[in-house]
This record gives sequence, C-alpha cells and structure tokens, in this order.
Amino acid sequence: MKNSSTTTRSQSREVLGTSALRPDGVAKTQGDFAFSSDFQAENMLWGATLRSPHPHARIVSIDPTDAWRIPGVETIIFADDVPGQATYGLIASDQPVFAQNVVRYMGEPIAAVAADHPETCRRALAAIKIVYEELPVLFDMDLAIDPSTPPIHPDGNVFRHQRIISGDPDIVGDVIVEGTYDIGMQDQAFLGLEAALAYPDPGGAGVELVVATQWLHEDRKQIADCLGMAPEKVRLVLGGVGGAFGAREDISLQVHTCLLALRTGRPVKVQYSREESFFGHVHRHPGRIHLRHHADRNGKLLKVEGWMKLDGGAYASTSSAVLLNGITHLQGPYACDNSRLEAWATRTNNPPCGAMRGFGVVQACFAHEGQMDKLAVALGLSPVEVRLRNAMKTGDKLFTGQVVDSVAPVARCIRETDAIPLPAEPAYGTGSLELPGGSGRTSDPSHIRRGIGWGVSIKNLMYSEGFDDSAEARCTLADGVATLKFATAEVGQGFVVLAQQIARTILGVDTVVLDAIDTQIGSAGSTSASRQTWMSGGAVDGACRLVRERLFEQVAHVHNLNPLQLAVEGTDIVDTLGPLRVPVSEASKGLRIEETFLHRHRPTEELDENGQGNCHVAFAFVAHRAVVDVDTELGLVKVVQIATAQDVGQVLNPLTLLGQIEGGIAQGLGLAVMEEIVVDRGVVKNPSFTDYLLPTALDAPDVVAIPIEEYEPLAPLGAKGVGEPPCISVTPAIVAAIRNATGRDITRTPVRPQDICLPT
Amino acid sequence: MSVYMPTTVDQAVALLAQNPGACLLTGGTDTMVEVNFNHLKPGTVIGLRLVSSLREYTITPQLIQIGAGVPYARMETGPLAEALPALAAAARTVGSPQIRAAGTLGGNLGTCSPAGDGLPVLAALDAVVNLRSPRGIRGVPFQDFMVGVKRNSRVSDELIESVSIAPTSGYQDYAKVGVRNAMVISVASVCLVHDRHTASVRVALGAVGPTIIRAREAEAWLATQVDASTSLPPDEAVAIEFARRVAAEARPIDDHRSTADYRRHAIQTLTRRLYLRSTK
Ligand SMILES: Cc1cc2nc3c(=O)[nH]c(=O)nc-3n(C[C@H](O)[C@H](O)[C@H](O)COP(=O)(O)OP(=O)(O)OC[C@H]3O[C@@H](n4cnc5c(N)ncnc54)[C@H](O)[C@@H]3O)c2cc1C
Repeated sequence: MKNSSTTTRSQSREVLGTSALRPDGVAKTQGDFAFSSDFQAENMLWGATLRSPHPHARIVSIDPTDAWRIPGVETIIFADDVPGQATYGLIASDQPVFAQNVVRYMGEPIAAVAADHPETCRRALAAIKIVYEELPVLFDMDLAIDPSTPPIHPDGNVFRHQRIISGDPDIVGDVIVEGTYDIGMQDQAFLGLEAALAYPDPGGAGVELVVATQWLHEDRKQIADCLGMAPEKVRLVLGGVGGAFGAREDISLQVHTCLLALRTGRPVKVQYSREESFFGHVHRHPGRIHLRHHADRNGKLLKVEGWMKLDGGAYASTSSAVLLNGITHLQGPYACDNSRLEAWATRTNNPPCGAMRGFGVVQACFAHEGQMDKLAVALGLSPVEVRLRNAMKTGDKLFTGQVVDSVAPVARCIRETDAIPLPAEPAYGTGSLELPGGSGRTSDPSHIRRGIGWGVSIKNLMYSEGFDDSAEARCTLADGVATLKFATAEVGQGFVVLAQQIARTILGVDTVVLDAIDTQIGSAGSTSASRQTWMSGGAVDGACRLVRERLFEQVAHVHNLNPLQLAVEGTDIVDTLGPLRVPVSEASKGLRIEETFLHRHRPTEELDENGQGNCHVAFAFVAHRAVVDVDTELGLVKVVQIATAQDVGQVLNPLTLLGQIEGGIAQGLGLAVMEEIVVDRGVVKNPSFTDYLLPTALDAPDVVAIPIEEYEPLAPLGAKGVGEPPCISVTPAIVAAIRNATGRDITRTPVRPQDICLPT
Repeated sequence: MSVYMPTTVDQAVALLAQNPGACLLTGGTDTMVEVNFNHLKPGTVIGLRLVSSLREYTITPQLIQIGAGVPYARMETGPLAEALPALAAAARTVGSPQIRAAGTLGGNLGTCSPAGDGLPVLAALDAVVNLRSPRGIRGVPFQDFMVGVKRNSRVSDELIESVSIAPTSGYQDYAKVGVRNAMVISVASVCLVHDRHTASVRVALGAVGPTIIRAREAEAWLATQVDASTSLPPDEAVAIEFARRVAAEARPIDDHRSTADYRRHAIQTLTRRLYLRSTK
C-alpha cells in the first residue's frame, strides 16, 4: 500500500488504526493452526457421502445390502432416516438432506455412511446399488423462464422475478449504447476443505458439532430442524476455517455428520476432498445481462434499461437475495433517475449457486462497466471522464428510491486511482517469465500490446430487505484483562485481531483474551456481506463501552468524582478535570465487570413490485484501473498492475485492509481471465485444481492501493466493510484493459484465449 | 501394501520380475494423484528413489544419456540445460518448484500423457528410450515408444532406465500454451530442433493428438526450402508457410481446456515464432 501514513506501525500499543498482528498469525504461518480438518476424537468414525452422478434422474431403486456386509460399516442413512425436516435452505427450505425420488444436480447427496476408516466408507459407497432413470436436463435459463417448460421442482423453475421502474422509464437519450454480457460460474475455492466432527450426547439427547462455517447460529437452526431437535440441543463450535468467500453459508456436511454421530452413538468426522468440495458447496451465479444506457450530449446518464438473468441451479440457496443485489446494483455508482429493469433467478439442473464475495454485484458491475466504456466511446470521452461526470454523491437517489446517505466519495476514488503512476513500459527480453504466457515462454516483446481499463463499483453492506442480522458480543473485565465472547466466524478475515484492537482502545487494557467462538452466546450473523467489522465490531465496541462505564462508576465512587469526567488515556483512567490518573489494571483489580451488547443496524424494507423501497443499509465504493499486457495473437494475458482507491471509512488495521484488497483483486483477476467451472448440460467438467485454474504468483499483478479515509457516521467505528469491494470492479477493469489492448468487443468473462485471438 | 526400496537397477528389475504388475514409483507426482483419485490402488510399490544410477546423467560429444530418475529441477540449469536448451525450457514449464524437484522424465514416459512436457522434446530430439528387463536392455526410439493416450510399448517387466540423445548443433527450443502463466497443463506445445550435422529441422507437437506428433511432412517441405546445414534464413514467408504446414499435421480436439481451433492456431503461431527465434 502506497499510503505510508497508515501502514507504519507507529504506536507500540496495538490499538485501532495500527497494523496489529493477528493472534492466530504465528500458528498459521508455522503450520500449527488447527483447521477443522485437523480435529480427531477418541473412538471416532469416519463419514462419507454418496452423490448422484447425473444432473437429473429419477431414483428407481436403492439397494445397500452389499454395503452393509462390509466389515467396519457402522451405519448407512438415507432420506427416510432424517428424523426432522427433510429439507433445508437459507431462505427457502427446498434442498433435501438426501434425495428421495429424484436427483436434480450432479453431486446431490443420496446417502451417507459411517465406518471405521475412510477407505471402508469409500468401499461402502461403491457397494450401494442405485438404479437411475435419467431425465431430460434443464440447463438453459431461457427455457427455465419459459412457462411452458415442465417444472423440475414443485416450487417451479423461477426463484425470483423482480423489476425496477423509476422516474420516466420512457425517456430517450441523445446517445444510446447497448450490450449483452455473460459471466461464467466461479468457485470460491477456499483452501481449507469442508470438514466437521460431531459428538453425540449420551442417549442421543443432543449433539455438538465442530465445523468450519460462516454462521454458527444459522447452521444450528437448520441442523436442529432437520434433526427434529430443539436448537439448544445442538451446540456448534467453530473449527479453524481456511477461507469461506460465501461457500460456507449454506449447509453442506453439517446435517449428515450429526445424523451419523447420533445414529452410531460415536463421534463422526466428515471431510471432503477437493473434488467433492466442488459438488458440496454452492458457486457464484453465472448469468447473462443485457443493458441499454441512455445519455444526453454532455454524457450525463439519463436512463438504464434492460434485464438480468442469473442461474441459481437446482436449489434456492440465496438466489433470491443475490438477484435483489444484482438488479439493485445494475445502476452502478452513477447518479441516474430513470430506469426500466427486469431480472430473473432461475432453477435448472446446473450446480446450485448462492453466495460468493460480491453477491450479485460482481455480475451487475461487469455489465454496467462495459456499458460505461461504450458510452465513453460514443461520446468521445475518456473512460475516466464519463465516470466522473456521473459519479454518485451522498444524497443521490437510487433507482429504488433509496437515498444514499453513506459517505460516497466516488469521484475521489476515481481521481485518486487515476493519479497513481502507470507502470513502466514493458522492458523484458524474449521468453521472460513476466510476459504473457509466463513459464511457457510463448511470447516475444514484439507480440505484446498493452491496454488500460477501468472499473468502478458500488456495493451494499450488511443484509437487505428487512433482514435483522444483529450481532451480539460480551466483554468481561477482571484484573486488567479483558475477555471477549462472540459467535463471529473468523474465516481468515482477521476479526479476531480487530476485536482485540477495539477492547484495547476502549478499555485501555493490553491483554485481551478471546473466548471460544461457539453458540454459547447470541448470534453474530454471518461473516459475509462485508458486515462483521460493522456488526460484530459494533457489538464488541458496545460491550466494551458498557464495561468502561461501569468501571468509571467504580473509580468515580472511590475518588468521589463524577464518572462523566473520566476518560481512558492509553492504559490509564484519567480525570479530565483534575489530577487523578489510575492504571486500568489497578482500577479493575479484584473487580469482575461483565456486559453484553446487541448491535443492530437500522431497519430496511422489501422492494415493492416496481422495485421501490429502502432495501439496503449502507454502501461502499471503489475504483480499479487495470494495466494488462496481451499477446494478441495467442490470446494470452498478463495483468501488470492494478491501481485502486477504495472507500473504507476509517482504517482500523492497515495490514488486514491490504490483505483484503490484494486477495480480492486476485479473486477478481481469476474471474477475469481463468476461473470457471465448466458445465456441459449439467455435468461439471473440471472439478479439480488441475483444471479449475486459480491465479499463481506469476499471474498476480502489482497492486497499488490507496484507502480513501472518510469517517462513516452510520458505522459504529466509522469504518465500512472492506471485504467485497476489492473483487468487484477489478474484473471489468481487466476485461476493459483487454478490450483496449485488442480492439475487440469482448462481452464474456472469464476471457479465454480464443475469445481474444480467433474470429468470433 | 508392500513397498520395496531397491538401491540398484538390477535389484529393481529383479523385484519387478518377482512382482508382476507392481507399481514403479519415482517422483510420485503422477502416481499419487492417481491414488488420491482412487484410480489406482497399488498392491506392491517399487520405489526408485534410492537407485542412484537412475538419478545420473552423462554428457559426451557423441551421446547424452539422462537417467529416468533425474528430476526436472536438474534440467533447468547446469550442464544439461547447456547441452539441451529445449529440455531446459520444457522442464521450466512443468508444475511448480515442488513438482520440478520430484518429477522426472521416467515418470513422464511412464505416464505418456499427450500433454507431458518432456515428451515433445524427446520426440524432436529423436531420443531413444532404454528399457531394462531380465532379458537385458532394449532401446526403443521415442516414436515407437508412445503408442496412444497414456499408452506406451513398455512391457510390464521392463524398467525405464534412461533416455539417449545424440547431441545436435543448432537452435532448439520449447514453447507451451496454457491458460495460466505457470503451473498449468499444456493446451498446445511445440518443440523445434535445428541440427546442422544432419541438416534437419525437426518439430514435435504436444497436446494436439493422441500421441506426440512429429510434423514430418512439414519438416520434409522445409528441407526443400532451406539449407539446414547452416544458419536458417530469417525468411518470414518461409516461417509462415512452414507453420501452416506444421499446424495441418496436428490432430487437436475440443475439450474443457480448450478448443480444437484454438489449439491448431496456437501450434501455428508457436511454430512460426520458434522458427524465427531460431534465425536470430
Ligand atoms: C501439481 C502438478 C503439476 C504438474 N505439472 C505438469 C506439467 O506442467 N507438465 C507435465 O508434463 N507434467 C506435469 N505434472 C505431471 C508429472 O509431474 C509429470 O508427468 C512427471 O514427469 C512425473 O514424474 P514422476 O517421477 O513424479 O512420476 P511417478 O508419479 O513416479 O510415475 C509416473 C508413472 O510412471 C511410472 N514410472 C515411474 N518411473 C518409472 C520407471 N523408471 N520405469 C517405468 N515406469 C516408471 C510409474 O509407475 C507411473 O505409472 C504435474 C503433476 C502435478 C501433481
């Protein structure tokens, strides 16, 4: 990060604003950190899942006789063995724990087995005989929307249909540009594979599950429903989480693992392989978006019209919420009054899709940024100028009628990104690893053309449409040591260090102990939607402030002062009107002060049928400028530099902020040039890291990042969420740079070599 | 599962004869993937790591001999890289540093994938694969060794001991297209070897057919156009026509990694570029 004033660890105490180091950092870098796959229990069994090889089929018969005969097999369970609700789901409960009569996607679970060894499990699964009758595969979004297509599920083939109409939808601009954009299916590809260990209570009265998840309490609710148990009987403990990116929001192995443990009365561990992981969690929605932008002669946006289709695959997951996010962000970070938009989320026999970093906005942004570039060309403006002329400001009204009252430094993000120096012209020799093609040594400098592209985005923070995703935290102060308790899933983002920084800052303590992250306290909501700094950060902040008030009361009582005149300065309590100065460690000696705080964001509303309503809580903005080198003849790309200025509110930890920015950029780069789950008529073609390509060090660009620090008054710590914005507009920026280098109107992402160099 | 760790080639060959169907293991970078995916369940494994003679190479003016157990990391730099720059280039494209520290030509030949990066180099260099069995040593020219997708003419009691290569005099290089800048399976690759001694230009293609393809018709055409006993002419028109002819000999398919059209286009582009590089 270039802004050195925020990167230096200037203060010795690791309070807010410093690059405090994570408490789990050393263990993780030394390989000592226990991820959920590292847990073992005495007398433990292994569990495994039988999955459908077909994207759509009727289950004619199941015969497990041979599997039961295998020594070491302890139990085999099917749909009929689910004691509670047969289905689960984050929004609509439509996904079967085990398929009963029909399978609707390749990889859908049909049975699970528990045995003494993973190899025994594998043999048992292979020995279960299933006769399928294959059914026609619905793989096309337009067919799913067509009412004459037979439904593949009782709930129908459309998860949600939403429109937005605002202002004068019939207005016509002087300049009109039109485009259709396609987005491929991206995988979250976290490195820590799905893993869980379930311990049954004696007599099967309850169960404890150690699991890598994003949201312990939502998991608990869905698990309890399927187990037919009261939620209190199901206790969840967060296992070490190796990345999430949305893929751990839905249930995967949780219910299966608990069922196997309750059935056998023994601890059971389930752990996915990389291949199974591709089938075990939801992906980013692929989609197609058509937009027509109208502008006046001066380049002022007059209207956006068009449609968006996202394919949710076989089950609902969060498709309806992703669609809401998608359609409400088609506007981009630009002021505009008039719109006519329509969107569908479809059900098909493709893999289920749901949450992934960016949540519907990635798709929308790819389209609206392609459109802004077309507008620039049509108007004879630069990509920067057309965006500056339309940049949204605080107080502007969205298509939904909602007024943006967040800090909205869109123009500043663009200007500061634009001011970042461009990288030096290419100066490498033939076969340099820095050239497009990398280690394949395909290119010589004479084959390379450089391109520059822009992307700017708006992203909502927190959950929307009336959802009260509150967060709870507890703070205990005793003898100068603060202990924090929360159920916030630490998935790698660094909330654990932020929580400590908050407590150190508010309470003037240095030692902050973190209690286990589990369901022994109220929900923290999901680690998603860029919300935990705001929500759980707000809860920890609130709990610490309550504790501090009570400490001030104690001190004020002892010294006969008004508690309102006390303040924390460093590690001391000081009288702001007098000479008193007591170290917090001393003032809290022998005391035990405990407070719990529930943080809520302001309420939101559902959209009406015309897409009107205050459906979002707050917004964050970011600009990206990409510089790419392209071997135009072979269609190979090297992303040279990403410059970015991001609206972050207050910077709380420069180091973790940079981690989010660089990581998000790598993920957005993946979607731009290589990451795609290839699906052919419902069949996944590349469920491995051999063929699902993630960027390597040689693909990673130089990142020059500037945080735009404007305190956000709506946020408890003045800080916006920073997790999602880095990965959103970087994808369109890279694709725009490829268009710029090649002169080609590329409309799909990821861009494949043939899209660059072969005739279309 | 039994695991044997012989220390000499004779021991290894004897163990293989006693254990028909045993799995030979060198770097394990193909084998362990197969085991991981449950495609392979070896009953007996003969590990070749301790057979030091397999990890040696010799370079004389007449012959270069590379043991089947020499890892790619040792081909990237040093005497082997100087003697065989195309092999060094191919070795550099393989996987990651960890894979190159373990993976070997013996394993690449054992697997015989059309995307194996060592194989086009062996094909273009007219390498001979030396197979050892209780019956002695059998030298098989590479073109007769690889017979199909992941199929070769090694019989089950034969051990791949080494490859023999006659040194060439002239430019040689390897270029590979993948959809990532490192650690990627080849979508199309070309090895070009110019040899003044034999007055030949030889081209072998990877990942565009069931076997590595030698573009022999194009090679023969080029021989009528240029005098390969000396420096090749930097003639753009020759390069273009040669590349077109080479690409015509490719037999690529569509799959999830790429398309047949793109692969053929890549072969043509790489061939033209390598030819022109060779004239500089
Ligand atoms: C992450 C990753 C990336 C990779 N990237 C590439 C790449 O870019 N390019 C590429 O070409 N390959 C790549 N590979 C594949 C692999 O590394 C190569 O094929 C390598 O050459 C295999 O060598 P090995 O010594 O590890 O083989 P092993 O796995 O030990 O053996 C492979 C096969 O050969 C047989 N075998 C081994 N030694 C002998 C012998 N002496 N005689 C007879 N049979 C023998 C084995 O029985 C087995 O069937 C990659 C693999 C991985 C895991």
